[in-house]
Amino acid sequence: MTIFTPDSPEDVVATVKWAAAEELPLEIVGHGSKRGIGRPINASHTLDLSRLTGVTLYEPAELVLSARAGTALSEIERLLEANHQKLAFEPMDYAPLLGGAPGGGTIGGALAANLSGPRRIKVGAARDHVLGVEAASGRGEAFKSGGRVVKNVTGYDLSKGMAGSWGTLAVLTRVTFKVLPAAETEATLLLRGLSDSQATEAMAAALGSSAEASGAAHLPAPSAARVLAGGLGHRAATAIRIEGVALSVAYRLERVRDLLNPSAPVQEELAADESRRLWRDIRDCVPFADVSERPVWRVSMTPSEGWRLVVELRKFAGADGFYDWQGGLVWLRMEADPEAHQVRRLIRSFGGGHATLVRASLAQRAATDVFEPQPPALAALAQRLKHGFDPKGVLNPGRMGASAAADSPLQAAAG
Amino acid sequence: MSHPALPEPDAATLARRAEIVAALRSIVPGEGVVDAVAEMRAFETDGLTAYRGLPLVVVLPETVAQVSRVLSYCNDNNIRVVPRGSGTSLSGGALPLQDAVLLVMSRFNRILEIDYPNRVVVAQPGVTNLGVTNAVEEAGFYYAPDPSSQIACSIGGNVAENSGGVHCLKYGLTANNVLGIEMALMNGEVVRLGGKHLDSEGYDLLGLMTGSEGLLGVVTEVTVRILKRPETARAMLVGFPSSEEAGRCVAEIIGAGIIPGGMEMMDRPAIHAAEDFVHAGYPLDVEALLIVELDGPAAEVDHLIERVHEIAKRNGATASRISQSDGERLRFWAGRKAAFPAMGRISPDYYCMDGTIPRKELPRVLAGMHELSKKHGLKVANVFHAGDGNLHPLILYDANKPGELEAAEEFGADILRLCVEVGGVLTGEHGVGVEKRDLMPEMFNETDLNHQLRVKCAFDPQSLLNPGKVFPQLRRCAELGRMHIHRGRLPFPDIPRF
Repeated sequence: MTIFTPDSPEDVVATVKWAAAEELPLEIVGHGSKRGIGRPINASHTLDLSRLTGVTLYEPAELVLSARAGTALSEIERLLEANHQKLAFEPMDYAPLLGGAPGGGTIGGALAANLSGPRRIKVGAARDHVLGVEAASGRGEAFKSGGRVVKNVTGYDLSKGMAGSWGTLAVLTRVTFKVLPAAETEATLLLRGLSDSQATEAMAAALGSSAEASGAAHLPAPSAARVLAGGLGHRAATAIRIEGVALSVAYRLERVRDLLNPSAPVQEELAADESRRLWRDIRDCVPFADVSERPVWRVSMTPSEGWRLVVELRKFAGADGFYDWQGGLVWLRMEADPEAHQVRRLIRSFGGGHATLVRASLAQRAATDVFEPQPPALAALAQRLKHGFDPKGVLNPGRMGASAAADSPLQAAAG
Repeated sequence: MSHPALPEPDAATLARRAEIVAALRSIVPGEGVVDAVAEMRAFETDGLTAYRGLPLVVVLPETVAQVSRVLSYCNDNNIRVVPRGSGTSLSGGALPLQDAVLLVMSRFNRILEIDYPNRVVVAQPGVTNLGVTNAVEEAGFYYAPDPSSQIACSIGGNVAENSGGVHCLKYGLTANNVLGIEMALMNGEVVRLGGKHLDSEGYDLLGLMTGSEGLLGVVTEVTVRILKRPETARAMLVGFPSSEEAGRCVAEIIGAGIIPGGMEMMDRPAIHAAEDFVHAGYPLDVEALLIVELDGPAAEVDHLIERVHEIAKRNGATASRISQSDGERLRFWAGRKAAFPAMGRISPDYYCMDGTIPRKELPRVLAGMHELSKKHGLKVANVFHAGDGNLHPLILYDANKPGELEAAEEFGADILRLCVEVGGVLTGEHGVGVEKRDLMPEMFNETDLNHQLRVKCAFDPQSLLNPGKVFPQLRRCAELGRMHIHRGRLPFPDIPRF
């Protein structure tokens, strides 16, 4: 077992080329902050990108930033903050949930895992902000795609193709992102004591107004009690975030208050600092940061249907849930077994979507499809893509499982 | 114009035409198969009208099952297929091929579902872009991407081209506003990517499909996100003595943290042509004109437009006006929106380019264009999506004058090379198609292109879907799949390892 820590793109390419020639699988890691997500990888060596660092271009007036893939996300966020800018997709930090040191993670990892946060409902995920990539495919060949400009339809968008591929198609060496101005201020309207279904209606009404809410989450009482260090007390809280220039935030907040007052009369307001802390807790799944290995699902489904999944699931399994993205992102913590079959059956019965087992014991991850299994035609298409980019199956073999991509070397070699 | 080289027609397919037409008729009954030359003329070109050609046969299916069967029949019989939406592509993406079935999706013209609580519309691919907005306008919603052809272009075509519009900087491109699609692969398999949920699962095949110009699959259903209309919008006209000052103003607006809903720039020739045509009230004594539109709650818009006004003054604006009514705002836009037809009045022909550049390079690119204009002996006018750096130079020429069309094409290619040279790209929103196909190596090396082709091979291993578009060279997938490997030592002895 060797750990390679190249500090240049050329050495990354050479490492992968060598691994492909020897047919020796590599585990690809940045800071390892999301290493516990996915099926266990059976790799003989590790390709560690944490020394492939440095912001190579940052032009605030052009709203663009490029960095080597191993650059710390925290370093990039500090740099942007100093210029009153941000990565608008609000990349979450899995550390509280998975038990790592907070503030870890690389910019390459943010794209490979297609990270996002509460602002997903307004501005999208990492895939919506990436402008260009440079990478080494599993063939050990360097390629680039995209560029440094927002509007670009020159050729296939391989940059988006890297999003959510979890290092199974190529090793990113440099990424370029669109950056945006940070909001001048923000505030959050809290509706207290709503049931999950009432909250879902309230969130839909807020987002269906012209208030341009940039966050809509619902925390049932047990989850509400765990954010802001217990500051919200043990009572359900539905949160609507408004960001922008101060006078506009005040105005829009008032509009949402009036709109929701008939159905949700108990209202509170969080000013900027507290609002920021609340949304950070929601983003990072703090309600389930319980220093355990109890299974946690990240479920993406039709926003209006999320609460039904939780209600039905509770009829036969111990489960705790809270909601982001207007109800369309359901964080589910199971008491014991992941109940993968039941969770996925219910998602299908409520309009479709998918579930990722983001936390579980090693044994559970080895025995479960961590990523959503795909229908045969789609799985075959994903497998052909994997085979084209990584014919020897040397990049993170097995991580996405047999479903999303057939990435065991044996299957790839047979293809 | 000089016609681009297209793949050699397959003689065996041409010889089997009658049999193929009959087979298609058995799949799509009635008037859904068009093989008479006079009727096929309607489909011989798209929005890039300089290039024309008749297809083998036109087929207009009505159901997803028919699309699937047409594709699988063609796949099994080694017949090429060119998909087409409304045929408004400005890069020849829907240009027919002599030996290819033209698969026209215009009969898929129904909105299938409007879901306000989840703010999505599910539409068949032949619904027009504007048709989506029209369907939800009553409730105060709209679909954000607004390509200038929105009255005609189809939503399926928007997915194929990743269409933009003037509101991209704030509201994103098609790729950022589509949540899901259903599509038929060349082998006839029908798959769904995404849906009403926000993140699609597994690899981002939806991201790869968007902007793939009809080479990967045929879209049979689209789910888009709709937005509530902003409370209000106001626009501002600002004139500058030079494009440098206008460019600095744009940079400073964005530097101040303001993201306008739209921000357009026109140069002197474009201003004059547009003003002569629609009398929008543009100042004529300026070198560059900015239209800046802010949208949102009234108080916010009033506040921000004042800040933009101050920034403009600081940067040497010599003329500025803020719209006082919605009518006035629309008048400001009327000139910009009529810029293309306005060119048609001052020149017999014009050729519209579509490069994107880093905004700060605008003065350099405009200066370069001025030199190129002298070199090629043709005039050029510029309209520019200033917020996102997307440049639309309009080259003026007369096709009846010998040599002018070729000069216009060369001029256009030189402009795009210049865009790439300053860090930009060949096409911002019109697509590569056949038009810019042969310029792809200006931006990508062979390995880059081969990785793009591997995506193509995963979707369409026999390269039957829309061949001759986007890629300068056709490659066999088997050849691309091979790996040449030298086993042995690690070629980089100095990488630290532990």
